[in-house]
Amino acid sequence: MAADASATPDTGPGGRRDGVWLAALWVILSVVGCALVYFVWGPHLPPGNQSSSAASQQFDYKVLGTIATPVVIGVLLYFGWALAFWRQQPGDETDAAPIHGNTKIAATWITVTGAIVLGLAVFGTYELISPAGAGAGEGPQPIWKPAGTVTTSSASWAPGGKNILQVQVIGQQWAWTFRYPQFGGFETTQLELPLNEPVQFNVTSLDVIHSFWAYQLGVKADANPGVNNVAYTTPTHLGTITVRCAELCGIWHGAMFDYGKVVSDSAFMTWAQQTETQLASVTKILPPYALTYDPTVLANVGKVNEELGLTSAGGGYYNPADPEQP
Amino acid sequence: MSLPARVTTLMIAFLAVVAGGIFVALHFIGAQPPVEDYTPYASGGQVNVVLQTAPETTSGSDPDWVTYFIQNPKTKQWIHTTYFAVPANTKVNVTIEGYDGCTPLRNPAWGKVMGTTGGVEDVQYVSGKSTTPVKAISQFNSWADCAVQHTFAIPTLGINVPVASPTTVADNNNLCGTAPCTSGPHSVVTFSFTTPKTGGVYPWQCFVPCGGGYVDGNGGPMGTPGYMMGQMEVQA
Repeated sequence: MAADASATPDTGPGGRRDGVWLAALWVILSVVGCALVYFVWGPHLPPGNQSSSAASQQFDYKVLGTIATPVVIGVLLYFGWALAFWRQQPGDETDAAPIHGNTKIAATWITVTGAIVLGLAVFGTYELISPAGAGAGEGPQPIWKPAGTVTTSSASWAPGGKNILQVQVIGQQWAWTFRYPQFGGFETTQLELPLNEPVQFNVTSLDVIHSFWAYQLGVKADANPGVNNVAYTTPTHLGTITVRCAELCGIWHGAMFDYGKVVSDSAFMTWAQQTETQLASVTKILPPYALTYDPTVLANVGKVNEELGLTSAGGGYYNPADPEQP
Repeated sequence: MSLPARVTTLMIAFLAVVAGGIFVALHFIGAQPPVEDYTPYASGGQVNVVLQTAPETTSGSDPDWVTYFIQNPKTKQWIHTTYFAVPANTKVNVTIEGYDGCTPLRNPAWGKVMGTTGGVEDVQYVSGKSTTPVKAISQFNSWADCAVQHTFAIPTLGINVPVASPTTVADNNNLCGTAPCTSGPHSVVTFSFTTPKTGGVYPWQCFVPCGGGYVDGNGGPMGTPGYMMGQMEVQA
């Protein structure tokens, strides 16, 4: 390996010629590699581009992958070059010269890595804020909301309006259900969303902690009992959505999946209105729409259930605020 | 202690730990209930499966756990299991004898019958010597009525069947005391569904949090194969 620059010969292992070759190869391979990562591999990176948040995440992966490419190529190139050309000769027992005291290299290293880290911090923050939380659960009081939208669960919803579509996601061992408060509050196992309309997911759980993961939408939000976790997205392409639980929640956790659809505005309205009518009798027996539900409180409890002292807590319910949770 | 003795002791200790790990894995984690195979008994594109719910297992290591039983298709004996096999693309006619008492569903939405032929289940109530006529029901209100004891649900196939319960306070206080149950107030629920055209394993479960004393009512029997959850093997 080379010692300080003044002692480095122009030729021979670690010489200036090696440095020029390495630098030239690194630049060429990095340009090609970056182009391949961004333009060829990038469009296939997860989670795709079916929604605003998914596209934003894919863009982040493309940028991070592109930035990482020259680093990876540099390390591998240097490693391969050393293996190929700087091998120890038979009988050569001498150590390489130590590197020390190169202020220029140290300053360059600190400046470049510092700029990369600070740049990524700014980029990451912007990418979290600009797509309204980037599809992640923001808790009960979200800071970043889609611009120009109004949140009202009681008002009816129509395509193109300012009122954002509300979809409540309810996790229960081991299935997801979806409630549409702006369509009478019906609850169904089917998730349907309109194209190019902002959606607000209100995610909660009736028992343990689950995690709502709508993969193709790039939406992931923990479902906690007694907590409303809000996530936003705007579906931008028609197609199927896979919904999974991303939090180990019990023995059939692996079977806790569902499929949803992104459909046109008109198809969504037709589906929502038909489902509202079809499920009207079930909607009547549901608890009034709320952001969270307490299983120890029954709406319209019947006489026999009351006499038997029954609630929907069944075998037990531990309030999320209870510090003595097992 | 000499070197050979120390090496031998270490090896024995190591093997003991490995053996203990294997025992735990096989005995506790890998233990599976038996599979009741209904496949050979299918005829004319149909097969009849019979299950029972009991308020307490009354045997084994957890006698107070609520449980399902499945009837052996050949001997008609009740087997303590929740695993059964049926052929693909076949109409499965299920009968559930429900001997447990009512508990409101945690989510009343599961009171709707889904995925069955006609979207209904047929229900009869048996109390003492009286038996009600068969009634087709498409929805239960488990909060307003003492109506549902458990569910038989296969979420991945969109099937949800609330198992009707005895409806009165007197019946709910006089449930069967010895499992498998042969007497006591109970419901008889029948419904049909068609299995997928290809083979596979489909988990089924109860949506009533009936694991008394466990985390959110969902531990114990709710999370143990052979009690309130199981699987249906569809054989191609």
